[in-house]
Amino acid sequence: MQLLYDFFTGQMGLDATGAHVSVASLMAVLMFTVMAICAIFFTWMERKVAGFMQSRYGPMYTGRFHGWAQAVADMLKILGKEDIIPAEADKGMFKFAPILVLLGSLLAWAAIPWAPDFVAADLDLGLFYIFAASSLVVIGILMAGWASNNKWALYGAARGAAQMVSYEIPLALAAVPVIMRAGSLNPQDIVISQQGGIWHWNINPIANPFLFVAFILYFIASIAETNRGPFDMPETESELVAGYHTEYTGMRFAFFFLAEYANLFLVSMIAAMLFLGGWWAPLPGMGWIPPALNFIIKGVLLVFLNMWVRWTLPRVRVDQLMYLCWKVMIPASLLCVVGAGLWMMAWGQLK
Amino acid sequence: MIRDLVFVALALLAVVPAIWVVSSRNIVHAGFALLFTLLGVAGLYAFLGADFLAVTQLMVYVGGVLVLILFTVMMTHVPAAGKRRHGLDRLVPPAVFAAAVFGVLYKVITGVNWQATAVPSKATTAEIGTHLMTTYIFPFEYVSIVLLGAMIGAAILIRERRATDDDEDNREAQA
Repeated sequence: MQLLYDFFTGQMGLDATGAHVSVASLMAVLMFTVMAICAIFFTWMERKVAGFMQSRYGPMYTGRFHGWAQAVADMLKILGKEDIIPAEADKGMFKFAPILVLLGSLLAWAAIPWAPDFVAADLDLGLFYIFAASSLVVIGILMAGWASNNKWALYGAARGAAQMVSYEIPLALAAVPVIMRAGSLNPQDIVISQQGGIWHWNINPIANPFLFVAFILYFIASIAETNRGPFDMPETESELVAGYHTEYTGMRFAFFFLAEYANLFLVSMIAAMLFLGGWWAPLPGMGWIPPALNFIIKGVLLVFLNMWVRWTLPRVRVDQLMYLCWKVMIPASLLCVVGAGLWMMAWGQLK
Repeated sequence: MIRDLVFVALALLAVVPAIWVVSSRNIVHAGFALLFTLLGVAGLYAFLGADFLAVTQLMVYVGGVLVLILFTVMMTHVPAAGKRRHGLDRLVPPAVFAAAVFGVLYKVITGVNWQATAVPSKATTAEIGTHLMTTYIFPFEYVSIVLLGAMIGAAILIRERRATDDDEDNREAQA
């Protein structure tokens, strides 16, 4: 980042404010591009994973090698589709909702630590900011469901909002032991605190078993937070057609799609950052791997795990979903916070 | 210059949707307009260097309170009665109340000797945490007891409601 600032102040002859604005704009464009590429890649990956899980091939034709261009072709197709707004819909809100959903994930992407000294917004309370920014997605989903003026969409939106608000609690609580260990909310500090190989990562159950439990709690809550199977209650095809985006077509639907995969990668990258050592290489001798590559590989592996779960487990019922959150995961994560604190106190790991 | 522009933009973001909230004839629109006001206030906090407060504003008000408001608004919404009336009886009491609040605020704002020295903005999280656990430990614990009381109260209210629902069902079954 310092290099970028130096480039804008030195080479381009801008003052400090100008350099700030330039770097911020550049990072915003970069993050959006990475997000769009991720969404395209994960669409293809999801279809391939789904195919292999169900003993079939998935897309094979477009682009010859394992249908790699299928997602690109889909994107081109979706660009050319008619933009339909239902006659009885609330037009302004109907148009704004997809933007708000995407905005929520894009805001959160700003605080992701890609590599040492490379993060769009180096915030001191970055982790808290990420959780706060993703709450915009909830409002966007409610807005979409309401504005569609369709009972299935409204059911889906109400379910989605209830689910995301509920699961935000165990999601944030599972991150607390890590914050306690790192002594900071800054994503970079959290990553740096896990220096020195795989056994220093927070996931290591021998160093602190409670952190390992916290990882599992985080992972389950993150599946529910992204509204994916087995917790995809907001868009249960068999009951609600397609949930809150039933009425959306073309580009507006693509925005929801983009946001879903952006959120999926976001929660996976946060998991990698909190528990899997962020951009650190797994072994001390592997420093030659670019840090960002380490980080992205960990994120993609977690996305794969997420897809694996989605295509393996059947969908739960709404009451089971709420039971799991309020009566199992929240008490478990609270116990986990207390246990991790006591463990760190006993072994002198607290900062 | 840029500082002033940012301030004006954020202030407008807070105020214009607020007018929309009180004047909109559609109560759901009013609820959603509240989002922009809350975002504007969060922006103002961040602009003043209160980063923790800004993010907390986003987390608590947008992520919690607003979702709750929207849920209640959607559940009480009856399409025929959804439009709000704009009679004088609806206008006067809020106006009096708003004038009173504004009077108190004006008194406070003009009464306080503001120390307008520019302090370099720094991270406030650690400081807030330390103060919450030392200086303000009593209010902190007190608030948590009040919230616990509210939670238990809500749980009891729901339980009683369910019991009467069952009774009605029983009556219907008997009749």
